[in-house]
Amino acid sequence: MKEHIIVRIVAKFFTPFIQLYAFYVIAHGDLGPGGGFQGGVILGASIILYVIAFGMEEGRKRISQKVSDILVSTGALVYAGIGVFCILAGGAYLEYAELPLGSHHLASHLGMYGIEIGVGITVAFVMITIFFETAKKERTDI
Amino acid sequence: MIDILLLLIIVACAIFALFMKDLLSAIIILGVYSFIMAVIFTRLNAVDVAFTEASVGAGITSVLMIAALSRTKRYEHHYTKEERKKPSALFSKIMSLVLVIVTGAVLVYGTIDMPEFGDPEAPTNQHVSPRYIEETHHDTGIHNMVTAVLASYRGYDTLGETTVIFTAGTAVILLLRRKKKA
Repeated sequence: MKEHIIVRIVAKFFTPFIQLYAFYVIAHGDLGPGGGFQGGVILGASIILYVIAFGMEEGRKRISQKVSDILVSTGALVYAGIGVFCILAGGAYLEYAELPLGSHHLASHLGMYGIEIGVGITVAFVMITIFFETAKKERTDI
Repeated sequence: MIDILLLLIIVACAIFALFMKDLLSAIIILGVYSFIMAVIFTRLNAVDVAFTEASVGAGITSVLMIAALSRTKRYEHHYTKEERKKPSALFSKIMSLVLVIVTGAVLVYGTIDMPEFGDPEAPTNQHVSPRYIEETHHDTGIHNMVTAVLASYRGYDTLGETTVIFTAGTAVILLLRRKKKA
């Protein structure tokens, strides 16, 4: 797709907006439809769009293999880590209300934000990883 | 009325996807199928499910299928008349037809006992649902019940799901990543 200028310009133009929407979906899971999973998928899709338009090499320049590999595990670690923090704060595993963040409601709210962000990171970068590893390089007829 | 129309479009999509020789077109048709499914979920007031169907079913799945297609051939294998008349080909065709009919019959049989859609007396609306509807905001301080159930009441399940996705990513890295030539 590298030689198609329209595809490149449109992809470049849309990527930041799609990413902003992805962050909106992750952050507003408590108010409307959406949440970490959907937002993570949209975030991954925005980067996949960029890679489709500009090619694997250019995409790997933006997000190196090392960074995406680390982020894949970071998300799951954030989720499980918040659970451990709840234990350290004196509650049960994943009992967000016990986190020392002000009132119980605020703490459970922020705890849920935290795990949504964790889910989003893992989902987004797993999607990117699967795409990078599955798609074959230098194929032009599709 | 519009529901029946949408369901008919879904059936049409499935049939077209089966008969396409060009696999790329078949993938695109499956994407259309997922979008119509998302519309149907919205009609059923399941907005979160519709959102997931639109982003995962129509978006990412199509992209990953196209990525997988780039490792194989774009067009379906064309069978000659002799190949189609082989006993083994005929046998597999008949067996798959029987399998599909039996599975469909069992599924239809399963729906006979189901309560009517939206029935307030249905077991699903009697068990934990009233508690979630009444207590979620008080328990968690969150407005969207679906998110509260996923993140708080069923937090362990979501942790398991995240681990499943993480495992899928790890498996793909282990199986498909090519080592750089030294």
